[in-house]
Amino acid sequence: MAKTLPKTDVVVVGVGWAGSIIAAELGKEGLKVVGLERGRERGLKDYSMIHDELRYGIRYELMQDLSKETLTFRNNMKERALPMRQLGSFLLGEGLGGSGVHWNGHTFRFLPYDFEIRSKTVEKYGEEKIKGLQLQDWGITYDELEPYFDKYEKAAGIGGEENPFGGKRSNPYPNPPMKETPLTKRFKDAAKTLGMKPYHMPSANMSEAYENQYGAKMAACQYCAFCERFGCEYGAKADPTVAVIPFAKNTGNFELRAHSNVTEVIHDGSKATGVKYVDVQTKEEFIQPAEIVVLTSYVMNNTRLLLSSKLGRPYNPDTGKGVIGKNYCYQILPGTTGFFDDEQFNTFMGAGALGATVDDYNGDNFDHSDVDFIHGGSISINQSGARAIQHNPVPQDTPRWGKEFKKQSIKYFTRSMNIGTQGASMPTRTNYMDLDPAYKDAYGQPLLRLTYDFSDQDKNLYNYIGKITDQIMKEMGASFINDRSPLEHYDIVPYQTTHNTGGVIMGAEKETSAVNNYLQMWDAENVFVVGASAFAHNGGYNPTGTVGALAYRAAEGILKYSKDGGALV
Amino acid sequence: MAAKTTDSKMSRRRFLRNSSYVAGGLVGGGLLGGLIGSRFNPETETASTGSVDSDHGTANQAQLYFTNPEKFEILQHAVERIYPKDETGPGAIDLGVPFFIDHQLAGSWGHNAREYMQGPFFPGSNFQGYQSPLKRNELFDVGIDRLDSYSQEKFKNKFTELEGEQQDEVLKDFEADKVKMRGATSKTFFNQLRAATLEGVYADPAYGGNLNMEGWKMKSFPGHQMSYINQIESDKFVEIKPKGLHSY
Ligand SMILES: Cc1cc2nc3c(=O)[nH]c(=O)nc-3n(C[C@H](O)[C@H](O)[C@H](O)COP(=O)(O)OP(=O)(O)OC[C@H]3O[C@@H](n4cnc5c(N)ncnc54)[C@H](O)[C@@H]3O)c2cc1C
Ligand code: SF4
Repeated sequence: MAKTLPKTDVVVVGVGWAGSIIAAELGKEGLKVVGLERGRERGLKDYSMIHDELRYGIRYELMQDLSKETLTFRNNMKERALPMRQLGSFLLGEGLGGSGVHWNGHTFRFLPYDFEIRSKTVEKYGEEKIKGLQLQDWGITYDELEPYFDKYEKAAGIGGEENPFGGKRSNPYPNPPMKETPLTKRFKDAAKTLGMKPYHMPSANMSEAYENQYGAKMAACQYCAFCERFGCEYGAKADPTVAVIPFAKNTGNFELRAHSNVTEVIHDGSKATGVKYVDVQTKEEFIQPAEIVVLTSYVMNNTRLLLSSKLGRPYNPDTGKGVIGKNYCYQILPGTTGFFDDEQFNTFMGAGALGATVDDYNGDNFDHSDVDFIHGGSISINQSGARAIQHNPVPQDTPRWGKEFKKQSIKYFTRSMNIGTQGASMPTRTNYMDLDPAYKDAYGQPLLRLTYDFSDQDKNLYNYIGKITDQIMKEMGASFINDRSPLEHYDIVPYQTTHNTGGVIMGAEKETSAVNNYLQMWDAENVFVVGASAFAHNGGYNPTGTVGALAYRAAEGILKYSKDGGALV
Repeated sequence: MAAKTTDSKMSRRRFLRNSSYVAGGLVGGGLLGGLIGSRFNPETETASTGSVDSDHGTANQAQLYFTNPEKFEILQHAVERIYPKDETGPGAIDLGVPFFIDHQLAGSWGHNAREYMQGPFFPGSNFQGYQSPLKRNELFDVGIDRLDSYSQEKFKNKFTELEGEQQDEVLKDFEADKVKMRGATSKTFFNQLRAATLEGVYADPAYGGNLNMEGWKMKSFPGHQMSYINQIESDKFVEIKPKGLHSY
C-alpha cells in the first residue's frame, strides 16, 4: 500500500528546465513546492570525467535508462508498434536538470508567425494552402509572450545579436554573442553574398562570465567541444542545476526528491488531489497530496501520465476529436556537408551553441505562393566540436569500412563542415500519441505509443530548403558536396534531434486544445502541463527558448490560480 | 586545470616507458602486425602503451569475455578488415580494438543493461530499430560463429584462414543482409561490429583501445582538452598533442 505524505501547495513532476523554473518562481512567492524527479540528483561536481565521448556521447550515460521505460513506435496506424529498445532518434533526459544538462544551448524565440500560424497562413494564401494539416493558432501571440522570453533569456544568460527577422524585443540579449570563428565568418560571408541576412546564433553557453536574476554565477565558456550530450564542468552552460535550482532550494520552500517516479495523477474527474510515485531505489510507493499538480515531465510523459491517469479527453486519430496525444510534431532537418580538399579547419574545437544562422527561409519570411509547403526553417552552421567516434564524414561513394573508409574519414575529419536546418514540422491527423496496448514499463504502466511519419509538407520543405543549404555551402567554397537522398520514412534509429513536441497542446478553445494560454488544463483547473507538449506545431527553431518562456507564463498563471482559483481564461 | 601532480606522475610514466623502450628495443607496427591471433608481446606493449607501468605489462590486455581463443581470433581478423593497418597508421589490432570489444561485451553494454529488453519480440520494419531478443554479447557469439560457418559454406575454409579479400566478401555479405543468422539479422550484427570497431579505435585509451592515442593522432583529434578559448578564432589549423582522461 502506498504511504500518504503530508499535503503540499504544489507538486512538480520532473525537474528539468520547465520544472525548475516553476519551482523557483513559486518558491520565491512563498508556495511550498515538492519536486519529484525520477532520476538522480546531479550537478557540477559530477562532471569531472565528462570529456569521455564513449560514455556520454555514444552510450548516453546522462540520458534515460530505457530498461525501465521507453515508448513504442510505428510509422502508421496499420503497423504494430514496437518498443524503442535503444536510444537513437532522440535522447530523452533523466535526472536533475533533465535534458537541460546535456543540451547544446541554441536558444531562439519562435517567430510571431508561429503563434498565429493558422490565421496568418489562411489570410495570406487561403484555406487551400493548409489542406491536410491539422494546423492551429496557439491561443497566445508573440507580443503577449515577449516578457516571458525576456525572463528566460536572462535566467539562461543568452548571448546573441538581434535576429533581423525576429519579433520585437523589449531588451537586448543579456550577453554579447559568442566568438566569431573562421567557420562562422565564412558562412556569414557566403550568406551575405547570396543576399541573406546572417546573424550569430543565440547561445546558452556563456560568452562572458554572467550572473542571472537568481544570483547564479556562470563562468565564461571555454569552447571545450564536449557540450552536446555532456554536462559542463565549468558551469558555463545554462543548465537548470546551475542557473535555477540552487535558488529554488534557497527559498526554503522547495523540496527535491530524486529517484521518485510518478506513475499516476490522482483526481476526481475535474480536479487533481495529488500524485502517486514510486521510489525507484527502494520500490516503496507514496502518495503526495497537493493543491496544484504541475506536469513538467517532457512531451512523452506529460502525455502518457494524463492518458494512463484518465485525465482529459484522449485524442482519436480517426475523427480528429479529443486532445491528449494530439499534434505530435518533430523537426525536419535538411542540410549539406561540404568537403574541402585544400583547407584544414579546427573542426574539433567548438561550443554547443557556437554558430551563425539565417532566417530568410524560416516562417513566412519568404513568399510561399509558388511553393508546395508552408513555413521553413532556420539555417545554421554550428561549430559544436567534432569528436572522433561520432564524426566520420566521407564523400558519398566511399565504402562504409575498410581501407578507403579509413583514409577518407581521417582526411575529412578536419576538412569538412556541415550546414543544418531546424525545419518546422506541421501536425497531421494521423501523427499522434496514445497508450500502447501491449508493452509496459518497469512499474507496470503502459508505454506511450508514438505513430509518426513524414508528410508531403515535410518532404517538400526538406527538398526546397536543402537546395538553399547546398547553395550556401558551394558559396563557402566547398570542393564538393554530397547528394541528399530525399526524405522518405521517419526512422527511429539515427539521431535527429530531441525536439519532440505536442500531445498536450495549448489553444484558445477547449474543444481543440488541452491547455489554455497559462498551460492550465481546460478539464482540470488545478493541473498545469508545461513544456514543448504545449506546442501546437513545431517551429523552425530549437524549442527550449519557447519552452522557457511558456514555463514563466505558467508560473505566473499558477500564482494567480493559487490566489483566486478558477479557470484563468 | 590539469593538476601539477598529474604532470609529475605522467613524467614518471613517460620515463618508465622510454627506458623500457630503449632496453627492450622492440617497437613498431611490423611486429604487432605479425602477431595477429596471438597475444601481444608484453615487452612490445610496454613500448607502445603510454599509460601502463613497464613492470606490469599491459595488465588490461586480457580477455574478460571471450574464453575460446579461436573466437577471439575471428574477432581480431574481422575488425582488422574493418579498420586495417596501412600507410596512414595502425589498424584495429595494433590499436587494441579486440580487447576493447571484449571488455565492452563483458560489461553493461554487452548485457544491454540500459535498454528495453522485455518481450514480446517481433522482427519490426526497417524503421523500428533493434528488435532482437539477443543481448549484445549473445549477438557477438552468434555472429562470430556464423562468420566462420559462412566462410566454410562460401570458401570451404575457416574465416581466419581466408585471404583478406575473401574475408571482405564474407563481411560484405553480412552487411548486405545476405546471410541467415539465428536470433538477429546479419546486417544487425555487422553494423554493431562496425560501430564497436570504430569505438575501439577512437574511444579514450582508458577503455583499452586507441592504444597510445594513435587513433586520435591519425585523425588530428586532440582528445580531452580543457579549453580551446585561445585557439578558437585562429585562421590556421592547430596541431595539438592529444590528451586522454588519464590527464584530468
Ligand atoms: C542532446 C540534446 C541537445 C539539445 N540541444 C538543444 C538546443 O541546442 N536548443 C534547444 O532549444 N533545445 C535543445 N535540446 C532540447 C532541450 O534539451 C529540451 O527542450 C529541454 O531541456 C526540455 O526541458 P523540459 O524541462 O521540458 O524537459 P526535460 O529536460 O526532459 O525534463 C523532464 C524531467 O522530467 C523527468 N520525468 C519524466 N517522467 C517522470 C516521471 N514519471 N516521474 C518523475 N520525473 C519524471 C525526467 O527525468 C526529466 O528530468 C536538446 C536536447 C538534447 C537531448
Ligand atoms: S563548450 Fe562551453 S558551455 Fe559547452 S561544455 Fe564546454 S565550456 Fe561548457
